Amino acid sequence: MRSSYSLVSRVRSGLTFWKTVFFIILGLGLYSTYVRFFHGLGAATNLTDEFPWGLWIGFDVLCGVGLAAGGFTVAAVVYIFNIRKFKSIVRPAILTAFLGYLMVIMAILFDLGRPYRIWHPIVMWNPHSVMFEVGWCVMLYTTVLALEFSQVVLERLKWAKLLKFIQNIVIPLVILGVLFSTLHQSSLGSLYLIVPEKLYPLWYSPLLPVLFFISAIAVGFAMVIFESYLSSRAFNKQLEKPLLSDLARIVVFILMLYLVLKFQDFARRDAWSYLFINRTETYFFWAEILGGVIIPMTLLSFRKVRKNQLILFLSIIMVILGFVMNRLNVAITGMESYAKAGYFPSWMEISVTLMAVALGFAAFSLAVKYLPIFKREDSNDIPFTKPIKIRFVNNLIKEEKILN
Amino acid sequence: MSYGFLIDTTLCVGCEACMEACNEKNQLPADNSYELSANHFTVVNNKTVADHDVYYRRMCMHCETPTCASVCPVGAFEKTTEGPVIYHGDRCMGCRYCIVACPFDVPKFEWNKALPLVKKCDMCYDRIKEGKIPACAEICPTGATRFGKKDELIAIARQRILENKEQYHPYIYGMQEAGGTSVLILASVPLADLGFKMINFQESFPKFTWQVMKEIPNVVTFGGVFLYGLYWIINRRIKLQETPVNGNEIAEKEEK
Repeated sequence: MRSSYSLVSRVRSGLTFWKTVFFIILGLGLYSTYVRFFHGLGAATNLTDEFPWGLWIGFDVLCGVGLAAGGFTVAAVVYIFNIRKFKSIVRPAILTAFLGYLMVIMAILFDLGRPYRIWHPIVMWNPHSVMFEVGWCVMLYTTVLALEFSQVVLERLKWAKLLKFIQNIVIPLVILGVLFSTLHQSSLGSLYLIVPEKLYPLWYSPLLPVLFFISAIAVGFAMVIFESYLSSRAFNKQLEKPLLSDLARIVVFILMLYLVLKFQDFARRDAWSYLFINRTETYFFWAEILGGVIIPMTLLSFRKVRKNQLILFLSIIMVILGFVMNRLNVAITGMESYAKAGYFPSWMEISVTLMAVALGFAAFSLAVKYLPIFKREDSNDIPFTKPIKIRFVNNLIKEEKILN
Repeated sequence: MSYGFLIDTTLCVGCEACMEACNEKNQLPADNSYELSANHFTVVNNKTVADHDVYYRRMCMHCETPTCASVCPVGAFEKTTEGPVIYHGDRCMGCRYCIVACPFDVPKFEWNKALPLVKKCDMCYDRIKEGKIPACAEICPTGATRFGKKDELIAIARQRILENKEQYHPYIYGMQEAGGTSVLILASVPLADLGFKMINFQESFPKFTWQVMKEIPNVVTFGGVFLYGLYWIINRRIKLQETPVNGNEIAEKEEK
């Protein structure tokens, strides 16, 4: 009898609001996938010869890689700096990074004209190409992440020998991970070094690789706070407040570093005048710097703000949005005036991006459900269904009883 | 022994024979536009500058240090010893970094094909190999497009400027631009007025990324040693702190 109740409740609760959204996004995304692969990039996207890189490179790749930076920063903090209090967030951070990189690779497969040749850089070398290096680093770092993450899976499968082996090589793995990340996080900025006359001077700078690297570290930590906050709500896990507050302090420090470097960069290029020209780029730049760096940095530097969960969360969202805006500004806003062509992604491009994000969220929640991602000690008392759902099931049981 | 083109716009009458010859030779689909695209490897454009009615060609400039060859992750572009920058379609993944990076905006993409490639002028490399001259230069009725050895073309260009000071704006476009190109252009007006890039455009582009790329081995070796050293020092200190110097201290602490 009991099993039939749960079956009924599963079907009913199977269509929650977010699941409906998920399946709509998936449906649209799959249709766009069909159009893109059978009718070409021109049919599915708003990309042109004037504007050859759009949302998939600007958001999925540039932002995706950056937002997944928490994987290497937290691993370095815990394994290399040996700050053990952060140990509990290593696994979710590595999981996020791993899923993030899988999404990036998916986006690259959509964006490449001939995706089945994605392996070409392995055998056809061009060490002068930034893209070549990014390709290799993404490939190697995804492997590192897979190995780091394999600990969780091996633990679940109870394959002790292999687990022991991975645990023994974890330090070299983390060091490799930091190196690969340093290289390609910065190289995503180096990609644009070759277009000095195309990228708008507010963003073009010889320091692009350094700026990309530092902002990726900041947003990596910000993402760890973001997802810890969200998963603590979603999975009813007790939030470790001092931990997030400490992480937020790291974010403040790195944002400060970023801001100083940004000013130095403007001073060095003597580009101050661009800050006050009345044009679209200027507004986008100020929105990015004020909303994404200066305001959240100031807010988070107050202890009271860091102690208040909601304001902490909102400030962190500002940091993340500011980062996304920075990458989109480099990839899209800053390139528009040269191209003399506006670009706005087609609905198909957006649906593919949304599909990648939705798949990432789904994979994350599945992994949390079936694998020991959060601390094992308190995993026993994590109720996976929310109280509301339990009440819903109770009602169903009552209804069935009445019917019977 | 590298070849190139000398495009003398003062001789060009805008007959578009080069466009037609190019389309025919490369079997490009018909297209009425006058913009470079996957269907046009060269176009003849027209602009009136200071009462001069100027017809000028746009095409791949065949740079001496090609940006496309530098940025391509799979080395699909190659600067040949003969001069042309050629494209190996069998290598290309379609990442379009060349289209983003090319300072002359030359490579174009087949947007409406399920399996697209990048398209651009290859200076009729196959014809050069056979000892023939490129189709556009062969058909040009006025000699506005002249094919030959680059050294000789430079000499001819200098001589023309010297002998007809009124007819020419004294500048050979392509000598310095983007580090020098195999296509040289002469005109009666400054080429900047025709929309050709000139300002801050004298250096070769690949060095912008190479000055960062060349540091990678240093970053990897230095970073690797630095990180492992950091790990070693920190962990050793923690271990030392955790191991008691002698048993009595611990006992004392526990008593307190």
